[in-house]
Amino acid sequence: MSRIADYRQVAPQGTVDIIERLAERVRGRRFVHVSGGRLGSGPAQVLRAAVPVLNDLGIDTRWEITGGDAAYYATARALQTALEGTERVFTQEGMDHYLETNRVTAGRLDLGADFVFVHDVQPASLVTARAGGRWVWRCHFDCSAPQHGAWAVFRPLVNQFDAAVFSLPQYARRLGVPAYILLPSIDPLSDKNRDLAPRELAAVLASLRVDQARPLLLQVGPFTRGHDPLGVVNAYRIVKKHHDVRLVLAGAAEDDPDSREVVADLREAARGDADITVLELPADAHLQINALQRAATIVLQKSVQEGFDLGAAEAMWKGKPVIGGATGALAQQILHDVTGYLVRSVEGAAFRIRHLLNNHEQIPRMGAAGREHARRAFLLTRHLLDYLALMVHLTP
Amino acid sequence: MRAAEHSFVFMGCVELRQALDFHALDERELLDRVREAPPDSIFFHTYGYFLRHRPFTTAYGNDFARWAAVELRDQVLAERLAVVDPFSFPTLDELREELATIVQDHVRGVEAVVRLPFARGFHFQQSHLVEVPLGPSARTLREFRDGLAMVDASAIYLHMVAGRARRGRAAGDFAEWLRTSLGMEALAEQIARIDAYLTTLERVRGRLLNLVDAALEEGGE
Repeated sequence: MSRIADYRQVAPQGTVDIIERLAERVRGRRFVHVSGGRLGSGPAQVLRAAVPVLNDLGIDTRWEITGGDAAYYATARALQTALEGTERVFTQEGMDHYLETNRVTAGRLDLGADFVFVHDVQPASLVTARAGGRWVWRCHFDCSAPQHGAWAVFRPLVNQFDAAVFSLPQYARRLGVPAYILLPSIDPLSDKNRDLAPRELAAVLASLRVDQARPLLLQVGPFTRGHDPLGVVNAYRIVKKHHDVRLVLAGAAEDDPDSREVVADLREAARGDADITVLELPADAHLQINALQRAATIVLQKSVQEGFDLGAAEAMWKGKPVIGGATGALAQQILHDVTGYLVRSVEGAAFRIRHLLNNHEQIPRMGAAGREHARRAFLLTRHLLDYLALMVHLTP
Repeated sequence: MRAAEHSFVFMGCVELRQALDFHALDERELLDRVREAPPDSIFFHTYGYFLRHRPFTTAYGNDFARWAAVELRDQVLAERLAVVDPFSFPTLDELREELATIVQDHVRGVEAVVRLPFARGFHFQQSHLVEVPLGPSARTLREFRDGLAMVDASAIYLHMVAGRARRGRAAGDFAEWLRTSLGMEALAEQIARIDAYLTTLERVRGRLLNLVDAALEEGGE
């Protein structure tokens, strides 16, 4: 379990001092995070790292979760999907069950705190049982174009909070409460991002059958059309005519027909080319992802959809140039022409890969700039600063 | 060694960003929103650019110019907005007027404006600077120099940039203290003239240290 002092070696100079000074201002206050679960990536990954460190700073921080039966989860999932903009049908009966389950859960959980941070949709209606403290709704997804019916149900709930927090300003929605912006972060001391000794790195790569003899192009991400792994294959094929490179596509296949179809297409592409490797990894393959990102020459995140994945920040932290799709979240992470390139097409990705491979000296230069950008903007320490600043601002 | 009656307390800051319900999807909307947005939002997108881009060369100078270049792909408007030096305007309203005039003049010469999807629009924000005292305070020029060398770069931003724009201290907090508490008019004047535009906070720190070191060598303690 990490302590705040452990982050001095990786955070920008002076940052841990500011964190400690801010923590002194809210020391003794109680902070509760409530989410829909403790597993998975994204918000849960940040909370697994942030909660112990906040306690180490002297802020009594707890993490509660909500749950229910299958119908409860189904309604919560449908509501979130609808708020993300996809049409979903949910019944009044289902909504009543969701609200009632959370009402019962609110009686069971200890929500007495000065600062209650409620993550995403599943636990959101707990706010109707709020007794004291400042309540903040943390929205981790793009909520700018929700299904109208879902927003009509959900907006009154959000307006019962004291504030909302979004990852980007374009993900926000007009609300009756202030909307703050907190970028997500990566934990530099986790298995996914910590330094790996050469022997450890070599062992993990050997277990994945990835050699380091030739330049390696890598994309890490779900096998969905939104993350465009087939576009990455097509960019690789353009590059392959001129450079002896390998391509690794690594990620978790989601359990839906679209994802299975994408994986089948990728396997078909890989069948005729031994230099394409498709790695379906379990959700907890953090060390493997870490090793692949460290072994890569250039990392691609050719997403064509909105959503705040942190693959680019993870790769930049490992000193790699990143070529990413010009979507909001990647444009926030990649500084075009400084830490990598933002592209809008397969051809654009291939052009930038060839440019870097032909001007090899730019690769470490961009990588170093990326690592410093990630250090300042995307490490957990910056996230802790934001949490503490928000606590100070809302609970003076 | 001169010692000040009132010590200088170095303050760092954390920028808490707030989204506003002001969005521009093309140049004409940018003009309207620049005119309507709160002064704190104008501050955030101009002066605040220096805090957020501090390790790198500030290629565009402000968020409006960056958006014009990257999203609108309107290089002419981007160049015109990029040269707006916020430090040369005594008030945020005058800075706002300059930005609006540039966009208005540009829009008059454009036959058709391209409308962007919402995700690529300009989304106005403002910030709350949460201030934090840092380290020991300074009563002498030597202590001031030692503190300046070690504080987080956000202190340079708070005292040199925000101090000028938000607190109405045209010379900045450092120059103000050196003048009023240590009586060092010449050094204060030199520091007030440091150009913080289109550079990084670390380079500003370097220039400050050079000036203070020179004053110490001349026996300014």
